[in-house]
Amino acid sequence: MLSYLIFFVTVAAILSIATLGLNLQWGVSGQFNAGVVGFVAVGGYGLAILTMPASEQLLVRLELPFALGLAGSLVVSALVALLVGLATLRLRSDYLAIATFGIATSIHLLVNNLEPLTGGSRGLVGIPRPFDSFGQQDFAAGYLVMVLVLLGLVCAGLQALLHSPWGRVQRALREDETVCAALGKNVVRFRLTAFVLGAMLMGLSGALYAGFVGTTSPSEFLPIMTFQIWAMLIVGGSGSNYGAIAGTFVIWGLWTSSGVVIVSVLPPQYQAQGGAVQAILIGLILVLTLLLRPHGLLGPRRAA
Amino acid sequence: MIAQAIVDGFLSGAIVALGAIGVTFSLAILRFANFSHGDLLALGAYSALFVLLMAGSTVPGAAGPLSTPIGPFSFGWALPLAIAFGMLLTVAVSLLLERLVYRRLRRRSADPLTLVFASFGLALVLRNILLLLFGADPYNYTSEIQMAVRLPGPVLVLPDQILVFCVTLVVLALLWVFLQRTRHGMAMRSVAENPVLSSIAGIDIAGTVRLTWIVSATLAALAGVFYGVTVQVRPEMGLNLLLPLFTAAILGGVGSVSGAVLGALLISLCENLFTLVIPTTYKPMIPFVLLLLVLYFRPLGLFAPKGQR
Repeated sequence: MLSYLIFFVTVAAILSIATLGLNLQWGVSGQFNAGVVGFVAVGGYGLAILTMPASEQLLVRLELPFALGLAGSLVVSALVALLVGLATLRLRSDYLAIATFGIATSIHLLVNNLEPLTGGSRGLVGIPRPFDSFGQQDFAAGYLVMVLVLLGLVCAGLQALLHSPWGRVQRALREDETVCAALGKNVVRFRLTAFVLGAMLMGLSGALYAGFVGTTSPSEFLPIMTFQIWAMLIVGGSGSNYGAIAGTFVIWGLWTSSGVVIVSVLPPQYQAQGGAVQAILIGLILVLTLLLRPHGLLGPRRAA
Repeated sequence: MIAQAIVDGFLSGAIVALGAIGVTFSLAILRFANFSHGDLLALGAYSALFVLLMAGSTVPGAAGPLSTPIGPFSFGWALPLAIAFGMLLTVAVSLLLERLVYRRLRRRSADPLTLVFASFGLALVLRNILLLLFGADPYNYTSEIQMAVRLPGPVLVLPDQILVFCVTLVVLALLWVFLQRTRHGMAMRSVAENPVLSSIAGIDIAGTVRLTWIVSATLAALAGVFYGVTVQVRPEMGLNLLLPLFTAAILGGVGSVSGAVLGALLISLCENLFTLVIPTTYKPMIPFVLLLLVLYFRPLGLFAPKGQR
C-alpha cells in the first residue's frame, strides 16, 4: 500500500510539472498547445537516448550521467518548441494549435520508426535510474524526494517569474496586445519565451517519467496524455500554479481509480472499450468545465 | 509507377478536399480551428456503416435486395441510403453541438481559442463513442471483389474510385453555384469577409452560422463515406485525417473553397509521390512538413496575392 502510494504521488508530481508547463503556455500566455504529449515524449526519449548504456543496436552511445541527460532533454524540447513557435506565433492564434497537433503526430511517427535512435515500437528498455543501487524501496523514496524537490523549485521559480516584470508583461499581453506593442514590447518574443519555457517543463516531466520507470516506448506517450494534462489544468484552474498541481492530483486520482474499477468490473474482452469510457469521461470533464466553471477549482477570477 | 501515384493522388485528394472545405469554412466563418471536424467525417462514415450492416451489405455474397452490386461497382442501392443517413446524422450532431457548446461559448467570450479548446474535447468524446459502439477493428463497407480498370500508363483504378471522383466533381460544382449565385451562399461569403458589416447589412449571423455547420457537416459525411468506400473505416480515421484537412485549408488560403480543393490535391499528390522515395510509414508526416513550410514562407496560402495581410 505504501509503495503504491509512493508510486502514485511520484507520477502525479511528475505530471504536475507538465501541467505547470501548460499553465505557463495557456494560463499565463494564452497559447493553445494541442500536442502536449509530443513535448513530454521528446523529454523522455531525450533522457533515454543520452543516458542509455551503449549497445550494438543503438546509434547514440553517449552514456551520459542522469543530470546531464536531464539537461540535454530540456535543450531538445526547447529546440522542438522553437521549430513550431517560430513558424506560427506571428500568425493567427489557432495556427499554433494546429502546428502543435502536427508536431505531436510527427514525433509519435518518428519514435515509432527511427529504430536505431529510439528502439522503434519496442522502445528503449533499461534506462539507468538514479538511486537504483539503494534497492527497490529506497529507490522509490529517493526518486520521490528528488521529484518533489524539483517540483518545488519549478513552482517557486514560476511564482517568482509571474511576479517579475516579465510576468506583468505576459498578463498585460492577455489583456491588450496592441497596447503592449505600442509600449515597445516585442509581443512575438514574449509569446515565444513563454511557449518554449512551457515546452521545456513538459520535456522535464517526460524525462523524469522515463527515469522513474526505466523505459520509454511509443505506448507510454499516447495522444490521450495531451487531453489528460489539459483536464488537469482546466479542472485545477488555468492561471494558477497551485491550481495546476491540485488539478493534476485530482484528475490523476480519478483516472487511476476509474482504471481500477474498469479492470475489475469489465470482462477481459471489453477492456479496450473500458479505455474508451475513460477517454469519454476526460473529454466530458474538459467541455463541461469549460461551459460551467471556466475558472476551475483554484483559477483566478478574471473579469470577462 | 509515377503515373499511378499521380492518379491515386487525385483520387484521394478529392476526398480530402470535401473535408477541407468544412475546415476552411470553420476557420473563416465560425472563426476557429475545429479539431472535431475529422471526427465528423468518421461519424458520417460510421453512420453509413450502420445502415450497410443493417442491410447486410458487408456480409460476403450478400443477396439482399439492397446489397446486390450495381454494375461494375462494389455496392448496392443501400449505399445511397447510407450516405443520406450519414449526412442527416452528422448534420444533426453538429447542430446539436453548436447549440449546446459553441453558441454558449461564443456568447460568453470573444476568445476563439476557447472554441478551439471545446472542439478539442468534443473530438475526444466523438471518437471514443465510435470506438465504444463499433470496437477498435477496422471495417470494410463491402466484401465484394471488383475488377480494376486498366487505363493507359499503365494505371489501375477501381470503378468505385472513378465514381467517387466524379461525384465529388459534381458536388464541388453545385457548391460553387450555391456560394456564388444564391442568397444564402452570398451571406456565408459575406460573414467570412466581415461579420460586423454583414450584420449591419441585415444578414442573419446566427442563421448563417447554422447554415455553415449544415454545409460543412454534409460535405464531411460525404467525405467520410467516400473514405469508407475507397479505403476502410476505423475509429481513429478522423484523427489521422485532421492534419491533411487543416494543411489543405491553410495551403489554399483560409476561406477559399477553390484553394482548399487545390491544397487537398497538392497534399495528396505529394503524399503519393514522396512515398515512392521515402518509406510509407512516414507518409502521415508529409502534411505537417508542408504546413510548416507554408506557415514559414506563405502564411496566407499559396494562392494569396503577395504583400496582402
